[in-house]
Amino acid sequence: MSSSATTHPANSAQGSVRAFVIENVSLLGEREAHLVVQDGEITSVRGADTPLSEHDTPQDAAHIDGSGLIALPGLVDLHTHLREPGREDAETIESGSMSAATGGFTAIHAMANTTPTADSAGVVEQVWSRGQEIGLVDVYPVGAVTVGLGGEQLSEMGAMAMSRARVRVFSDDGKCVHDPVVMRRALEYVKTFDGVVAQHSQDPRLTEGSQMHEGVVSAELGLTGWPAVAEESIIARDVLLARHVGSRLHVCHISTAGSVKIIRWAKEEGVDVTAEVMPHHLLLTHESVRGYDPRFKVNPPLRTQEDVDAVRAGLADGTIDIVATDHAPHPDEDKDCEWGAAAMGMIGLETALGIVQKTMVDTGLMTWGDVAYRMSHLPARIGRVEHTHGRALDQGQPANITLVDPAAAWTVDPTATASRSNNSPFGGIDLPGRAVATFLRGKPTYLDSRFEGVFA
Amino acid sequence: MKHLLSTSDLSRADAIRILDTAEQMAATQEREIRKLPTLRGKTVVNLFFEDSTRTRISFEAAAKRLSADVINFSAKGSSVSKGESLKDTALTLQAMGADAVVIRHWASGAAQRLAESNWMHGSVLNAGDGTHQHPTQALLDAYTMRKHLIGGNDGPGSVFDTPTGNDLTGLTIGLVGDVLHSRVARSNVALLHTLGAKVVLISPPTLVPVGIGEWPVDVVHGLDAALDAFDLDAIMMLRVQRERMSGGGNSFFPSPQEYTRLFGLDGDRMRRLPDHAIVMHPGPMNRGLEITAEAADSPRSVIVEQVSNGVAVRMASLYLLLAGEEDSQ
Repeated sequence: MSSSATTHPANSAQGSVRAFVIENVSLLGEREAHLVVQDGEITSVRGADTPLSEHDTPQDAAHIDGSGLIALPGLVDLHTHLREPGREDAETIESGSMSAATGGFTAIHAMANTTPTADSAGVVEQVWSRGQEIGLVDVYPVGAVTVGLGGEQLSEMGAMAMSRARVRVFSDDGKCVHDPVVMRRALEYVKTFDGVVAQHSQDPRLTEGSQMHEGVVSAELGLTGWPAVAEESIIARDVLLARHVGSRLHVCHISTAGSVKIIRWAKEEGVDVTAEVMPHHLLLTHESVRGYDPRFKVNPPLRTQEDVDAVRAGLADGTIDIVATDHAPHPDEDKDCEWGAAAMGMIGLETALGIVQKTMVDTGLMTWGDVAYRMSHLPARIGRVEHTHGRALDQGQPANITLVDPAAAWTVDPTATASRSNNSPFGGIDLPGRAVATFLRGKPTYLDSRFEGVFA
Repeated sequence: MKHLLSTSDLSRADAIRILDTAEQMAATQEREIRKLPTLRGKTVVNLFFEDSTRTRISFEAAAKRLSADVINFSAKGSSVSKGESLKDTALTLQAMGADAVVIRHWASGAAQRLAESNWMHGSVLNAGDGTHQHPTQALLDAYTMRKHLIGGNDGPGSVFDTPTGNDLTGLTIGLVGDVLHSRVARSNVALLHTLGAKVVLISPPTLVPVGIGEWPVDVVHGLDAALDAFDLDAIMMLRVQRERMSGGGNSFFPSPQEYTRLFGLDGDRMRRLPDHAIVMHPGPMNRGLEITAEAADSPRSVIVEQVSNGVAVRMASLYLLLAGEEDSQ
């Protein structure tokens, strides 16, 4: 969403990937270094006070001035909606990949609630292949837990796991696997292939017709409430189930203070549970709904300031493992309407990093090293893609690198996005920094205009 | 005033100005020729996404008595089958040159959305949006209370000589019934508070919204308890929908009979009110459920008068939205 001109070099006709050197960059905001990248790998890491030798640097290498920039391992999103197949009017795998690269991501997990549902090997292989064909980010399909997200019959998760897409994350996201027996079976079943069930925690009966967080604002606005307990009760049940059957559980989009407490308790009990929080739940509250602008309509809903404070604290102390975007594109007509008729969800790939900097780093709650851990290393590990993504910026590792300019203050313009949709709630909000370059296996997938000509 | 969207947007001065204007409008309705030329050449559209014959007729009568051209636009559509979108409807009305749109919609916030979206430029008058607001209902209720209870009697409102120019300071108003789903209740709470009245909500706990803690009201979970605790100057019975009383797993109350037993207004309970107290209902009534015939048809009942006051208040609202600004310039 940068207002400046941007390019996606991998998307243009370009020859083989050039070697390059990033000079005087700060690794994780911790130490200055030079990074040399050749053939998709980091071939050399030198302290900034050590001059690069000719031996280190290939003759035709491109040079990137990294001063003032922070190098992070390429970001990994565990929760993206790409809408293809089925709703290519909202987003395609290509436009979503471009948006992800612009936001600093090198891998994203595409949720299963497409049309058709990603509940078979055929659909997930199609999504995987298309992602590879575009080549801007690794698109890892998430498989549906139940057929058609119906909540009743388990989908053929084994077939998806063994397909070329090698699916490891399974989710009915958008819908909750609310039947306790189905959830139990799913948790047990995915152990076969070291999978994880990523639960959209929402009791359907407690949230019938719900429009926003149930509290002071909903009472005044006359909008049907989505109570915190509808999230917390499912999380409580699921962590107990996961403990009972000894399975791995991932809790999607934690939004309440109570959920943080339950996850904290479960971890103390030794339950194998991980949890994610969305940038919008780190920044916005239900007060934003007062104007009835549907861009603030999202599921789970924006909560109270106490909840925002609690999820920030939970992310800072590691109770919440990762930040994921829940990037959810919707076409204009689904948002340019009355609140009750509007779709739930907001785009977020290009604003995630800036919001995390604003809410967590600039507030002193997290370091850039923590950002790397919670937006790259851990999501890669939860998604079981840690062989390629979320690696340390060391010699011999795949060159999946995101360069961040923490001082590139910008104002979010929802229409200036690579996404096909512009349903961002952050329009007009000032963010302190953003990704300025993204490399996938040494290939530039996004370059800010300041690097124009560097790879020419 | 460009729009009338919510009573919580109204200052005390705004509200009194509307009520005083409504008094003048009501006075003109006593004349032989009731039609005023004030809004000649203006077009008022009644845009109803929800059936409400009573409210629509009231607005239609108000606009016609001010000589406005009235277009009734009944847009079929619900949260289930959307039909034509609000945006397209608004663009159509803009193209037709509507000066004011009176909108009734099933979605909370629809009127505000219409007013703030740039889909159209006319004034928007909220005639009920979902379970949010119905400001002219609250204004006509306040008008009725002021007329009966402020000035010239022995009640707490006798501190004022006359209704005109005054608020509702000193009054205690009871609202009985389904607050959770009631735009009438939300509108009344805000307006009555602004006008200085004390508000008592008398409602089962299942029909009070979570988050009501910040409202400037007392909440009592039984009509008898409320009659014991407060001297109510007016009691307003809210309409209760039968399906909320017996909807299987979705019901808010065990049965209509139990609701009537605990929250219904009958003759005995009515006689426990102070002598000057009035009985109100926004209509349409469920006789035998929230109110008995004895209470509804008693001399204390101002329910029919509320309807005629509704026309005066809506005339005042349309006048202030469409002509008031020009006058003040």
